[in-house]
Amino acid sequence: MFSRAYRLVVTVPPLLWISVFLLLPYLLMFCYSFWSVSSAQTIVHAWNLDNYKELALKTVYWQTLLRSIWIAARVMLFSLLLGYPLAYFLSFYAGKRKDLLYQLVIIPLWVSYLVRAYAWKTILGSDGVLNTLLQFAHLTKHPLDFLLYSPFAVVLTLTHIYTPFTILPIYAALEHIPRNLVEASHDLGATPAQTFWKVIFPLSIPGVFAGATFAFVLSLGDFLAPLLLGGPSGIMISNIVVSLFGAAYNWPLGAAISLCMLVLVVSLLFFSERLEKKWSFS
Amino acid sequence: MELLLSGASASLPRSRWLLLHATAVFAFLYLPIAVLIVYSFNGEGVGGFPPRHLTLDWYRVLFADSAIWDSVLNSLQVAFAAMAISLALGIPAALALDRAQFPGKALFRRLVLLPLILPGIITGLSLLMLFNVSGTKLGLMTIVLGHGTALISVATTEVFAGLQKLDRRQEEASLDLGANYWQTFWRITIPNLKLSIIGAALLIFTLSMDEIAVSFFLIGRDNTLPLEIWGRLRRGITPEINAVSTIIFVFSLLTIVLWYRLRARADSGLDGE
Amino acid sequence: MTTTDIAAVALTAIAGAPTLLSIRNVAKTFGRNVVLRDVSLNIAEGEFLTILGESGSGKTTLLRIIAGFETATSGEVWMGSERLDNQPPYRRRVNTVFQSYALFPHLTVEQNVAYGLRVAKRPEAEIAQRVAEALDKVKMSAHAKSKPSKISGGQQQRVALARALVNRPKLLLLDEPLSALDANLRRQMQVELKSLQREVGIAFVFVTHDQEEATVMSDRIALLRSGELEQVTTPREIYSRPATAYVAQFIGHTNLLRGEARDGLVKCGALSWAATLPDGPVLFSLRPEHIRVAGGTPSTGAVRIEGSVVHQAFHGATELMRVECSGGLVLTVRTNVVSPMGSRVALEFAATDAVPVHESPERR
Repeated sequence: MFSRAYRLVVTVPPLLWISVFLLLPYLLMFCYSFWSVSSAQTIVHAWNLDNYKELALKTVYWQTLLRSIWIAARVMLFSLLLGYPLAYFLSFYAGKRKDLLYQLVIIPLWVSYLVRAYAWKTILGSDGVLNTLLQFAHLTKHPLDFLLYSPFAVVLTLTHIYTPFTILPIYAALEHIPRNLVEASHDLGATPAQTFWKVIFPLSIPGVFAGATFAFVLSLGDFLAPLLLGGPSGIMISNIVVSLFGAAYNWPLGAAISLCMLVLVVSLLFFSERLEKKWSFS
Repeated sequence: MELLLSGASASLPRSRWLLLHATAVFAFLYLPIAVLIVYSFNGEGVGGFPPRHLTLDWYRVLFADSAIWDSVLNSLQVAFAAMAISLALGIPAALALDRAQFPGKALFRRLVLLPLILPGIITGLSLLMLFNVSGTKLGLMTIVLGHGTALISVATTEVFAGLQKLDRRQEEASLDLGANYWQTFWRITIPNLKLSIIGAALLIFTLSMDEIAVSFFLIGRDNTLPLEIWGRLRRGITPEINAVSTIIFVFSLLTIVLWYRLRARADSGLDGE
Repeated sequence: MTTTDIAAVALTAIAGAPTLLSIRNVAKTFGRNVVLRDVSLNIAEGEFLTILGESGSGKTTLLRIIAGFETATSGEVWMGSERLDNQPPYRRRVNTVFQSYALFPHLTVEQNVAYGLRVAKRPEAEIAQRVAEALDKVKMSAHAKSKPSKISGGQQQRVALARALVNRPKLLLLDEPLSALDANLRRQMQVELKSLQREVGIAFVFVTHDQEEATVMSDRIALLRSGELEQVTTPREIYSRPATAYVAQFIGHTNLLRGEARDGLVKCGALSWAATLPDGPVLFSLRPEHIRVAGGTPSTGAVRIEGSVVHQAFHGATELMRVECSGGLVLTVRTNVVSPMGSRVALEFAATDAVPVHESPERR
């Protein structure tokens, strides 16, 4: 039905733009990672593997990467633990209020990241709301230090930010489940709890994978929360990259790390998509 | 509790734990923001408990702050420009994904949607390298290009969803009655996508106004609002930031509710009579 | 055995059969919508009962109340000596075959059928044996390891049936299970379902809007209209002795004749015959097959009228013809005699074939 001209018109402009502003930059990043920086703070276009050697050998990069993965994993886990029951509640128990509650879930999603990270910063500080509240209620005598400028603060803030991200795909997957399957399960003698584990949860797994991937990948690459709340012990891999493009001026090394991150993230996405397909039954 | 659960399926018994958990999670999501808003009126500034001396002083300071307003203006310009780019490219992309068959379609789809899930740092840095190599000076324009590129995925997703709900037969009827592809596109397709497009525009606008990760690397001399706030944060916390955050929250809230209503209308308008 | 014999046997069997399910004055309202108004019905053990009605009549709601997916606004449902409607669906010895089959997409055919038994924690050996038996009964053994998405609609329907029956429920509910099948497959399944029911001996409650389906399969039909039962009896009875005009028109074709009775004589427009009825307005149901195309000389004792053919419809074995008679009366006639359009024909019927029926009360 759609003529060749039509198809050209709709595919060429986006394709062109994406090639220039998405693919080409990645390609450049690839190239940069093989270059190096001279003592005069200029970029030397000499092809070498020095950057990768540096990354492979120096433990600081591995340590930071591992810490980042550990933080991202915790964010993913907590987001799922917080988000799944809420999504389930919304889909199966909310009744007339479903619409309203759904809006309440997506609103924080679109409220500025910065605003939310800042909110936690003011709450968790030693003079912050939480500490003064605890002292006011005579629950503690001195401000708790670990609340801010620690991995704890980063995990807490990122969980706060990415929980709605995990709720949405899980909710979508749950909504997709035909309600007569739940009725059929009850009809055949399964209690609501049995029905959840035998029917509802298995059918929601693609949503769980999607939500988990969102939370993990976006947390892994995050640099803002660590900068605001992480302190020295909360530095993540992206922070190293940021400094390499800033004060530490070593674009090629930064590009190398970014490229590794890109490859890692794309692999995770690919892997996750395969899993989603395997567990999809519609 | 009764009201909340009365609409549930008769076979599912009420669950107190689920309701408790749901309330707790909502509290977790909203309390920090509530604290932020409350303390924007706190005379003693940020921190300390309980809040005392409720005042509008911080808002007064905010409104007198010209740097903030400059950055707001910059953000608005960027947002509108990004909106234009994203829609101009996202709508065709959605059409291509919905209708056209071509080699590499799966790859195309993944590429278009990639910036949505990729951490902003990768998008930002890769574009930075592009601008560096091409000798482009960093400024609002580069930020526009960054946002535009990243947000094409949002436009595509929204419009694609709208296309799925579009009854293909309407277009077939139009062609049957003698209109050609272009006329059908403008007379039938676009009007039916109106709500999706407006929804996408709203979403892109909001996301652009709030965007910081990509902008971080593409900034020149002029700040966008989030970057201006960020700069202040590095220097120290002032309750003025609470005030501007509260205002951002209120605007985002209104925009998203509006977007949701439009989406709901799009859904029912096309399903019903 | 002919259908008559089977029905006779069934009727006697049922007449003596104990009541399995007792629906007592059940009413159901959704918001301001009254879907069921005071429905009372007894279902006997081992009978095949069809709840027949148009869409919106409340038949599916009634079924769901029995299954436990809806609770009645008032009234009670009893099974034997126990109250049924205060129990959740997973504790009732009732199983349902859903309209859209509701097979679990992530489980194989075998796993679907085994579901109820697994949930009840039966031993694995028993499960394997009963599942194999059930699949064999519905002729789906070859597809045991397939997923629902890979089998056809008709096959899914059989699996749904096996999945329900394997649990040996006291009562099986079927919610328009054949509506998604094409006509030929449907007819085949009707026969299969009926013989399956007789084989397992479980009471089936079948919901449909298709009156032909109901008459073919059921021991008894409960005709539901706007939330109330119009008539509950055997197919034969409901056809030949409809209680109301609605029943007469819903089941098969009929001619509704409106007239006046006075001094033992009935006058319906140009027609008149003798009948012992109290004076007053009367309504008759006259089935098209009871009207003959007559010869030139009137037969004795028959009611006769003449008219011209205005419409013909070929129905395979017979023709359904509409004849416009004097006084504007249009009669539908079922006949083998093909008369050309516009031709004048003489029609005759026996007065006893005109069955008096009540007017159907207005509802809502």
